[in-house]
Amino acid sequence: MSGDGCGAPAGGVSVTAVAGTLGDQAVVEGHVTREGAPVSTGYARLLGSGDEFVAEVPLGDDGGFRFFAAPGSWTLRVLAPKGLRAEQSVQADNGQVTKVEVAL
Amino acid sequence: MSRSDVLVDADWAESHIGDPGVVIVEVDEDTSAYDKGHIPTAIKIDWKKDLQDPVRRDFVDKTGFEALLSERGISNEDTVLLYGGNNNWFAAYAYWYFKLYGHDKVLLLDGGRKKWELDSRELTTDVPERSRTSYTATEQNASLRALRDEVVAAIGKRNLVDVRSPDEFTGRLLAPAHLPQEQAQRAGHIPTARNVPWSKAANEDGTFRADDELSSLYADDAGLDFSRDTIAYCRIGERSAHTWFVLHELLGLPNVKNYDGSWTEYGSLVGVPIELGEAR
Repeated sequence: MSGDGCGAPAGGVSVTAVAGTLGDQAVVEGHVTREGAPVSTGYARLLGSGDEFVAEVPLGDDGGFRFFAAPGSWTLRVLAPKGLRAEQSVQADNGQVTKVEVAL
Repeated sequence: MSRSDVLVDADWAESHIGDPGVVIVEVDEDTSAYDKGHIPTAIKIDWKKDLQDPVRRDFVDKTGFEALLSERGISNEDTVLLYGGNNNWFAAYAYWYFKLYGHDKVLLLDGGRKKWELDSRELTTDVPERSRTSYTATEQNASLRALRDEVVAAIGKRNLVDVRSPDEFTGRLLAPAHLPQEQAQRAGHIPTARNVPWSKAANEDGTFRADDELSSLYADDAGLDFSRDTIAYCRIGERSAHTWFVLHELLGLPNVKNYDGSWTEYGSLVGVPIELGEAR
């Protein structure tokens, strides 16, 4: 991932372990699947209270996504072609990786 | 200038695929997105490798921009249609950049790559071959770009629009929530700046909101005085290019600059004022 870009990590995110480098970061990560297969075309959005947009990433080849959020309660929303979407609440905590698996 | 002079929809783009006077360009930080599939006939520009000086923190100079466009087969007469990922952040940045070097026939694809993908429109891995051109750029248009001294002098005098997320604005985060937290030495925002996150200007599918909604967002909700000059900034200048596009190109405000040094520069400057917390 580039150090000074605001954009997406190359190729979407490949969700592998980030433990040991977390420090006080609050990570929310997971995968999106449909009928058991990864959804590689689509977007994961992290929303705050009142649907306030926080961040968005394209899904990786493995359907993966990752956010480095502030600690707190968030809403994860997934958008995919053909109007497919899903939404669920997530809790992020400092130094923790919160895993979220989403089935469309 | 009207919205249709600067912004086109996916149907327009589809109907101009193969039009010899239209060059479709995907602009991303993540150029592997292009490699996996792009709009037919589109070429790519890497916002960093192609548009940034490889040594100094600055743009490629006029000669470098001319060399880039000549090599990519873009002529002065071509209409350039830009699109990209991240809700068109980097495409809007490239749009601003093309304007900076005097290329006026430039358009942005509403919704960018995201809407194209969500619509399940055609993508291809075929890479087009374009003949080399001899492109001539103008000198940078200084009326579009703000540098740090001008920004410091603008505190309390001009509209300063910080388009980062509320958590970055207040100082809780240093970077967007999909990136590791790093960069500027200090968190916070430029005093007197209003926080209007770029995302408020966009719909969920990445398209821009209607003009009356955008006008209300900046004037009524954020309290921007449209009779004043405006400087937009974010962290490295690409999200603020998105807002520059809204204010200057869609709403037609005359004096809007993008501060591409943005927070990674300002938040590392020695001796400048910084505010934390909500806007005052």
